[in-house]
Amino acid sequence: MKIKNNIAVSESGFVFDPSTGESFTLNKTGQEIISLVKQGLDYEQILNSLLANYGGEKPLYERYLVEFFEELRNFNLLEE
Amino acid sequence: MAAKHNITVGVTGLNNIDSPGPGIPVIRGLKESDFFEVRVIGLAYETLEPGIYMSDLVDKTYMIPYPSEGKEALYTRIAQIQAIEHMDVIIPNFDAELYSFIRLEPELKRIGICTFLPTLTQFEERHKANLPEYGKKYTVNVPKSIEVTNPSQFEKAVKELKLPLVVKGKYYDAYIAHEKSQIEGYFNKLSAKWGLPIILQQFIKGTEVNVIALGDGTGQTIAAVPMRKQYITDKGKAWGGITLADDAMLNLTKSIMTQTKWRGGMELELVRDANGKLFLIEINPRIPAWVYLAVGAGQNIPEALVKLALDIDVAPYQHYDVGKMFIRYSYDMIVGIDKFEQLTMTGEL
Repeated sequence: MKIKNNIAVSESGFVFDPSTGESFTLNKTGQEIISLVKQGLDYEQILNSLLANYGGEKPLYERYLVEFFEELRNFNLLEE
Repeated sequence: MAAKHNITVGVTGLNNIDSPGPGIPVIRGLKESDFFEVRVIGLAYETLEPGIYMSDLVDKTYMIPYPSEGKEALYTRIAQIQAIEHMDVIIPNFDAELYSFIRLEPELKRIGICTFLPTLTQFEERHKANLPEYGKKYTVNVPKSIEVTNPSQFEKAVKELKLPLVVKGKYYDAYIAHEKSQIEGYFNKLSAKWGLPIILQQFIKGTEVNVIALGDGTGQTIAAVPMRKQYITDKGKAWGGITLADDAMLNLTKSIMTQTKWRGGMELELVRDANGKLFLIEINPRIPAWVYLAVGAGQNIPEALVKLALDIDVAPYQHYDVGKMFIRYSYDMIVGIDKFEQLTMTGEL
């Protein structure tokens, strides 16, 4: 899983797709997940990293993470 | 820095209104040129075209006759203006006047005015009504289109194109008809304004994207900038847009330029469907009103066009900034009645 090469993600969480002109905003959690994706972590590793940092129920994290990746896919931001 | 070249350029399309003409953005590009020092002569059809009163951009304006009065009337008036102003170049910016200016090219040249316009063949073959043949000839995806001149032809067209469909005027304006009953209303509205034929076009659902481009007439693309409309008015005009990094759009533009040897400015109106396929909806045979975005992104198309008109070498632009946006706005000018009076009574300001 990889964020497309041409997608620009700023430190403020602003995401810009130069091929479509679309822009998106990420909250702090979204920024953290994108940063982990950019570091080359896979789904399981990202899930474990979030759990280790914040604690809580794994199924809940799984649900939100799947939804988040689904959104990235829908917006054509992922290269898989 | 080398001294700038002083030139005088005549520009039409000063109607910076809700469906803006390209004149003012063209002039802004010219005024920002590092190569030319430009004196601008506005050529106006209506006394309330806002550009006439923008004295920081337009040095002098003259009224000219409507295209419907024919090319002889236009030539006579331009020759009168030329005796005073000694214009080097004219940039016409309306589709409806292009035919006359193209036909007048040799006469204008004889009195010292250069233009850089498509040939009559290029101009004719990209007409909305000829788009299906254009698509076949140059291997470009185009929506199905049917030219109609009376309501009895609607039935057959609806069967072929399906609803919704787009009802388009000969030169400008388009409406989406979701029901058959709407077609006749739009047909009457458009034919009263722009004449016949009306074009019924297959509706392609997708994202509207555009390319502004400049061809040197030998097949070379001198400039090309793709843009997506971000804010569209109820007249379908872009009120905000952003430059894109899109190789498919640039390749399509270059393919059209190479094959047609397009001469002058142009705008490709495209729709990208859900599968990413690009459809060519229309080719505007002139610089579009959003040209200043291209200037802001690094390609001064008006300056390059003037250089081509004056036979000055122009290297093709290789770069533009992606993610540059334009946001249009309206602005009220306060004008004394004396200015309006002078223009109305003497035909110049």
